[in-house]
Amino acid sequence: MSDLHTFLTHNAIIDLIDGMANVLQTRLSDHRIDNPAMIGIHTGGAWVAEHLHRALGLDEPLGLLDINFYRDDFTQSGVNPQVRPSTIDFDVEDRDIILVDDVIQSGRTIRAAMNEIFDYGRPRSITLVCLIERSGRQLPIQPDVAGLQPPLQTDEHIRLNGPDQLSLQISRSRKPRNG
Amino acid sequence: MSISILGGRLIDPANNIDGQLDLHIQGESIVAVGEAPQGFVAQQTIDASGQIIIPGLVDIAASLREPGYTAKGTLETETLAAAKGGITTLVCTPDTDPVIDTPADIEFIHRMARKLQQARVLTAAALTQNLEGKQLSSVAALKAAGCVALSNARKPLANTLVERRALEYAATFDMTVFLRPEDRHLHAGGCVHEGVVATRLGLPGIPSAAETVAVARDLALAEHTGARVHFRALSTGGSARMLRDAQAAKLPVSGDVSAHQLHLTEMDIEGFDARCHVSPPLRTLADRDALRQAVADGTIAAICSDHQPHDPDAKDRPFPETEPGISGLETLLALTLRLVDEGVLSLQEAIARVTCGPADLLGLPYGRLSAGLPADICIFDPRDHWRLDSSALLSEGHNTPFEGWEFNGCVTHTLFNGRLVFHKN
Amino acid sequence: MASRHDNNIQLNEDGGLRHFLTIEGLSRELLTQILDTAESFASLPGRPVKKVPALRGRIITNLFFENSTRTRTTFELAAKRLSADVLNFNVSTSATSKGETLLDTLRNIEAMHSEMFVVRHNQSGAAHFIAEHAAPGVSVINAGDGRHSHPTQAMLDMFTIRKHKPDFTPLRVAIVGDILHSRVARSQILALNTLGVTEVRVVGPRTLIPTDARTLGVHVYHDLEDGLRDVDVVIMLRLQHERMDGALLPSEDEYFQLYGLTNERLEVAKPDAIVMHPGPMNRGVEMDSEVADGPRSVILQQVSYGIAVRMAVMSMCMQTHKSGELQNGGQS
Repeated sequence: MSDLHTFLTHNAIIDLIDGMANVLQTRLSDHRIDNPAMIGIHTGGAWVAEHLHRALGLDEPLGLLDINFYRDDFTQSGVNPQVRPSTIDFDVEDRDIILVDDVIQSGRTIRAAMNEIFDYGRPRSITLVCLIERSGRQLPIQPDVAGLQPPLQTDEHIRLNGPDQLSLQISRSRKPRNG
Repeated sequence: MSISILGGRLIDPANNIDGQLDLHIQGESIVAVGEAPQGFVAQQTIDASGQIIIPGLVDIAASLREPGYTAKGTLETETLAAAKGGITTLVCTPDTDPVIDTPADIEFIHRMARKLQQARVLTAAALTQNLEGKQLSSVAALKAAGCVALSNARKPLANTLVERRALEYAATFDMTVFLRPEDRHLHAGGCVHEGVVATRLGLPGIPSAAETVAVARDLALAEHTGARVHFRALSTGGSARMLRDAQAAKLPVSGDVSAHQLHLTEMDIEGFDARCHVSPPLRTLADRDALRQAVADGTIAAICSDHQPHDPDAKDRPFPETEPGISGLETLLALTLRLVDEGVLSLQEAIARVTCGPADLLGLPYGRLSAGLPADICIFDPRDHWRLDSSALLSEGHNTPFEGWEFNGCVTHTLFNGRLVFHKN
Repeated sequence: MASRHDNNIQLNEDGGLRHFLTIEGLSRELLTQILDTAESFASLPGRPVKKVPALRGRIITNLFFENSTRTRTTFELAAKRLSADVLNFNVSTSATSKGETLLDTLRNIEAMHSEMFVVRHNQSGAAHFIAEHAAPGVSVINAGDGRHSHPTQAMLDMFTIRKHKPDFTPLRVAIVGDILHSRVARSQILALNTLGVTEVRVVGPRTLIPTDARTLGVHVYHDLEDGLRDVDVVIMLRLQHERMDGALLPSEDEYFQLYGLTNERLEVAKPDAIVMHPGPMNRGVEMDSEVADGPRSVILQQVSYGIAVRMAVMSMCMQTHKSGELQNGGQS
């Protein structure tokens, strides 16, 4: 990988998330959702969800999802050595879920996450929140709330680093990655 | 045809000869060592410069599989393999189908071998009828038909009483009895040495005691009956020790060891390698070293191939289900010479262990280069460095764990009864 | 000699798991990865949909040459929870002796496009043999071969231990019973030592302890009390009835007198010691009911963790291509 540069640093990202929290709050009221539960997707989505969860002041503990076994390319990629257990300590059945991820590109991660959530129960609704929305969609899935929509080339990649000091980095690789 | 072998180093331990000497052959026999006889004209000469001339090897334990197990080998394929290995005299085991327990069986083998003219095939006939270990076979008739020893192959004798009677009866006719010392109860379905490797791989083990218990018993019976007993395929240091003590006490007992037991140990079974499944099993380094010592000091006077060719299926199974045995004719000389490289034996001693050593055990006039004897000759090039490729073996059986091993010394010419039966291109 | 490295046969070029035949040759990291992956599956029973779609469309074949309804059912459940399709072949050894070799059986089944075999056989080395002859892209999981290895059982036992004692390093573990004939014990000993426990002990009469047992990395005890003193984990092995026939033991009664576990005997172990048994258990022979049903027994947990651990092993082995460094952002 070459041409790595930091796009956004910790404080800026926290401000962004606070902004997203406001927009999300409005949207939840508009849709009369008063008792949502939040689920963050490992690992980047979980970091964003932690801040968002605090900003919204939710009581229900944050749910965490590892979509490794739901990936549609599982047998090509195999088991990620850092696979974590999914923990959802609340009942998903008939619940309004806020699903949080760091970056949405092809949409496959969100599809896998939704498949997994439905194996826990049938939610009443799912609201999708992404820190970064970028081009490259391969499925008809769009976030309901997005923090930023940076214009990126197909050979450019954006990545959230953390967990203590969050930063967003953009890099350019020789081969366009299959998103 | 008259042949002269010129320019080589001739080593004949039986006659205590080691020097730059020529060898002259007329028809089937050796006529002179050194100077050609007066008036001798060689119709053919073999240039042996840089090479070593020794008596054709005498291998007293080879399973040639015919009749009955021709998927594993035939007299034709196996005598060809023997010739390539420099072996001119073979004593084949009686565990064919039918078992060699009548004069007709012996006659069949002799006839086939005579037709093939590739090697001299002698027989160790069955000690008991059908090798069942219960009834004596017709020893006198078998001896008259030409067998050179009696053996119960790998089958047990029913009990000590049968063993005693069999030894006494054989002694009546002054026949040597080959015994494979193994207590079948202690063997208990094992397939590897009961030791470190068996413990780790969870394979059923055969304790050393399975052999030493039998050696002790057989030595006691040998002493009691006065029979000539030859222990086949020793595998433990304990057996070597007991044999040495018995010989010191002047008992007419002898023993041999299979060439592979002098090189491999239980460690080579790593990964369930069925090519290392042999009977008796490969044992410890200490056993190997004790056997080497016994070969060096002459307690064990013969190194055999213990040739057991197999069809691929026999080894292509989970380890305990495979059949034991190595296809060993083509590596007998190489493995023996390797002992010289490793400082275990001198070159003369090594050659003795595969020529006059085994021949003398059975009182056979082979394994030596005296004038008047059959011209059974092996010429090998000690400088030839080669690598074993099991797919290139002439034997029907390619089952050998020495695949990929590198050796110094390769047979270039083998003559049997004055006829060139193998010539390396 | 050009020896074959049976350890490396288990790993693909990236060091990832291709076959799971024996604990021998696997690193502490890899074993830990199996345990961590199993964590993801351990919570599945609490969900309405107890499956994940990871191996959907794949065919897993149970090739059992030795009968075992329990183990086969566990593997079947594990495969189904990964959404795989399962084929069951119960090949009795008499069928193969009628002419069809093990290799022929294997080729016939491979023709049905199964990508994974779970093999149980009564001969040591059978799983290795099948793995050596497996077509590329096919994985073999050893469900027990002769006396040699039962690696998934060992891993579920490790998983159970870790649930109660998160750090392996200070542990003293005693394995009691017929070590000689036990593939479970051999695998457990390897796993415990690889995971870095302080001490592994084997306890039993001399007839049931293999020659040179020390070379496995254990301390040998013939007295139960000495063997249990201050241990954190007690693993009791099943005593098979045939052992009495083979002149290895006089009777089950004497065995229980000397090596059977009771609450009294457990007193010398650590107060928080756990009691395990790979099953099936003979009450009154290996332990009495008080212990089996008591607070220190984790035997039932072992059973339930068995499925999660097998799911972990299966999903790690089943890959068509090698895995590179994965990042969740790879397919956002």
